[in-house]
Amino acid sequence: MAYIANTPDDERIMLERIGLESLDDLFRHIPVELRLKHPLDVPPALSELELSQVIGDLTARNQGADQRVCFLGGGSFDHFIPAVVDQLAGRGEFFTAYTPYQPEASQGTLQAVFEYQTLICQLTGMEVSNSSLYDGASATAEAMLMAQAITGRRGKIVVAETVHPEYRQVLETFLACLEPRLEVVPGPTGVVDAPALEAAIDGDTAAVVFQHPNFLGRLEDARALVAAAHAKGALAIVVVDPVSLGLLAPPSTYGADIVVGEGQSLGNPMSFGGPYLGILACRGEYVRKMPGRIVGETVDRDGKRCWVLALQTREQHIRREKATSNICTNQGLLALRAAIYLAVMGPRGLKLAAESSTRKAHYAAQRLAAVPGLELAFPGPFFKEFVIRANVNPQALLASVLGQGYHGGIALGRFDRRLADCILVAVTEKRTSDEIDGLARAYEHAIADLTAAAPPGQRGKPQILASAGSK
Amino acid sequence: MYKLVQPPLLFESSRPGRATAVLPACDVPERPLDELIPREFLRQEPPPLPELGELDVVRHYTNLSTLNMSIDSNFYPLGSCTMKYNPKRNERMAALPGLWAQHPYQDERTLQGLLAILYDLQEILAEIAGLDAVSLQPAAGAQGELTALLVAARYFRERGESRGQVLIPDSAHGTNPASAHLSGFEAVTIKSDGRGLVDLADFKAKLSDQSAVFMMTNPNTVGLFDPQIREIADLLHAKGGLLYLDGANMNAILGIVRPGDMGVDLMHYNPHKTFSGPHGGGGPGAGPIAVREHLAPYLPAPVVARKAEGEYYLDHDRPHSIGRVRSFFGNTGVLFRAYCYIRSQGPAGLKRIAQHAVLNANYLKALVEDVYPVPYDGPCMHEFVASARAFAKERGVRATDIAKRLLDYNVHAPTIYFPLIIPEALMVEPTETESRETLESFAEILRAIAAENPELLHHAPHSTPISRPDEVRAAKQPVLSWK
Repeated sequence: MAYIANTPDDERIMLERIGLESLDDLFRHIPVELRLKHPLDVPPALSELELSQVIGDLTARNQGADQRVCFLGGGSFDHFIPAVVDQLAGRGEFFTAYTPYQPEASQGTLQAVFEYQTLICQLTGMEVSNSSLYDGASATAEAMLMAQAITGRRGKIVVAETVHPEYRQVLETFLACLEPRLEVVPGPTGVVDAPALEAAIDGDTAAVVFQHPNFLGRLEDARALVAAAHAKGALAIVVVDPVSLGLLAPPSTYGADIVVGEGQSLGNPMSFGGPYLGILACRGEYVRKMPGRIVGETVDRDGKRCWVLALQTREQHIRREKATSNICTNQGLLALRAAIYLAVMGPRGLKLAAESSTRKAHYAAQRLAAVPGLELAFPGPFFKEFVIRANVNPQALLASVLGQGYHGGIALGRFDRRLADCILVAVTEKRTSDEIDGLARAYEHAIADLTAAAPPGQRGKPQILASAGSK
Repeated sequence: MYKLVQPPLLFESSRPGRATAVLPACDVPERPLDELIPREFLRQEPPPLPELGELDVVRHYTNLSTLNMSIDSNFYPLGSCTMKYNPKRNERMAALPGLWAQHPYQDERTLQGLLAILYDLQEILAEIAGLDAVSLQPAAGAQGELTALLVAARYFRERGESRGQVLIPDSAHGTNPASAHLSGFEAVTIKSDGRGLVDLADFKAKLSDQSAVFMMTNPNTVGLFDPQIREIADLLHAKGGLLYLDGANMNAILGIVRPGDMGVDLMHYNPHKTFSGPHGGGGPGAGPIAVREHLAPYLPAPVVARKAEGEYYLDHDRPHSIGRVRSFFGNTGVLFRAYCYIRSQGPAGLKRIAQHAVLNANYLKALVEDVYPVPYDGPCMHEFVASARAFAKERGVRATDIAKRLLDYNVHAPTIYFPLIIPEALMVEPTETESRETLESFAEILRAIAAENPELLHHAPHSTPISRPDEVRAAKQPVLSWK
């Protein structure tokens, strides 16, 4: 079923008009030896009914946040999505339009993006925002390249180890073929070692990158880290959780130069990791070095206010190899969803989402820390995520907790072997006190079972797989 | 759609104290906030977001949406963007919690259905490409290009070769040279010949042992299939280089030719084009890449793999991988829709897509080319590029005037001023989902416009929500947010 409108009659009439006899003749200018001689080896066509049965069966095998209570975070969160977001963003006029190349026929998208940019500025306190990038990680990488272009420094990028490990991997990938090297500053106490960070910055450092709240949920001393960067003339790039900005001081107040973040939490579903929303905002003076699309206000010939794609001379379709970035789209639909989310939540709604998340996370931390065999790994101020250390194997523990109905956290050993006994737990406003109590009980049962099952010699804390320093 | 008044900005409709109740009060024991988080971390005031009721928000966005043209409402022959119908059934499937409620770090045992879909999609994309291995990670076509070039760079480095150049035709998308630059290569431009194809002599002259990759778009951006591709591949391979295919135009060749069979070593797909992902006003897309066996070790991690007993898992253990280009698995929502689309087509359906995309483009071209000359003639593939140069010379009517006037007739404009090698370019891609009547009506409109008063065209559009915006002002005095 190819959604093809032409009837056999149409096909005949059209072929006749262009002087051909068959559909195959359309390709006769392609050398015959290149042409495929057999049908593609792909599964047979399904009707709509069959498709819904096949996909329904396959998706029913997944057991996500709809089936198990979700305490997973690490950059993707189970925040509540109001119905208004799905209903409005699902309108075909938004959904099936493309990049607003013709502003006269795209004012809906353009105004929505302009409003998104404004909302991001209001949230972060920064002067300009672009129209969005792919995700938090690639936004961080683009910010790093932008900092290089602004400072003209080619030596290194200093990054806190407490930045999401996958984001750091993306920075490494981007730098593999370019000049600067990446220097990672450790965070042994759950926040980056500030004196070590200060020492790592030199006169050829383009930027310092840190995350706040960081990957482990902890709040960094953002003011001090920004000051350390500025003291050596480097730019400060901060990775934020936009929901946290309902509660936490905006990055403008501690002097950040470029603010990036993952916008999934703003009304976008988890969808197994994508598509997501890369936020990038910065000081006004850097706007011409900013990557990605930007919408600006102007007037039409009748003097009426309207919106257009602005500052396109930075972009690849004009600058080609000299462009600020190779990016040629934004995440339009996800930015739209984020804007609708912020519009419907408003200042008090976002504050409530942030406050409830933090209160519930603190309640959960307290409950879990009271479970025999668990302790808080990195005590100190945190937002909605925290790390617990377990005296039994985290994989086995989480499997047992899952069996009791909870996605209980992320075993951090997958990112760093020094954290092999650690679990990252995230709590959003969607979790109830009953669910949190249930999670604590599930952990308690699981630890009791695992401890009883283990031979006496293996109790205690044998699970630290590697000493500090290895990764 | 038209005649509507542009709604005020959200911020202008804001009224202090107006709100929508969405969340319940917090149900855990209340403690003073600054006992939880020290005061110095907290903001003094709530963020200055607009205060609106739910109906305000609903009317605002409903009215905004009506100011857009879209595939659901208009013919949208935007060349190179493959604006085909986005099937509603795929949206229903994508709304299943088995997709949207899945966290990227969930236990793999709770993801077997989704991993099966993604594994299948890897296999299917390899088959359509005639290549061996696939990464679904890149978030967009441009990121797919970059990822593929990073794969190539790693391949050469591991072979101990230092090759600094990527060869790119002058007709290529701007993303190609930008991606080459980002991956540390020097972009070397290859000229087009008088037929709009790769100038083989120029290619041979610039090909050297410094050439890492030749980035070819085939069918190219002029809408022509370059039959020299096998010869180009052989020449390049003899020098040790790799042939990359920009898969932007795969819609024209599904089931007709396979890139791997023509000598391509690596390529990217644009599932939002070829496999009908909704464009969303400018994204999201996805940019999976397919490569030959010897490049597979360098693909980003993870990929979906399958154990002998049939269980699916994410394979992170890839020591030669270039690493990651983004967080998490990939743009799963877009890939999932592509899978639904491909499963709805089957082998014959995929081939019919290419056949009718090419039939529609050739038919439309035949209906208009006497008035809108197509500089590089010959049978086109899924799109053709006409030139308004004669109009510009004789009547002072430019491509942009024609594009703007089309909006008055309630159809979206073609892509204009691209590719750069054709002056006053109008790049038309009708896609296979449009009917003969739609094409004929569009041709009549184009012919009518050709006869219209140039003054009328200079001031077009006349019936859209706004007239032509002052883009110079937007660039010179940028206003990028409401204050």
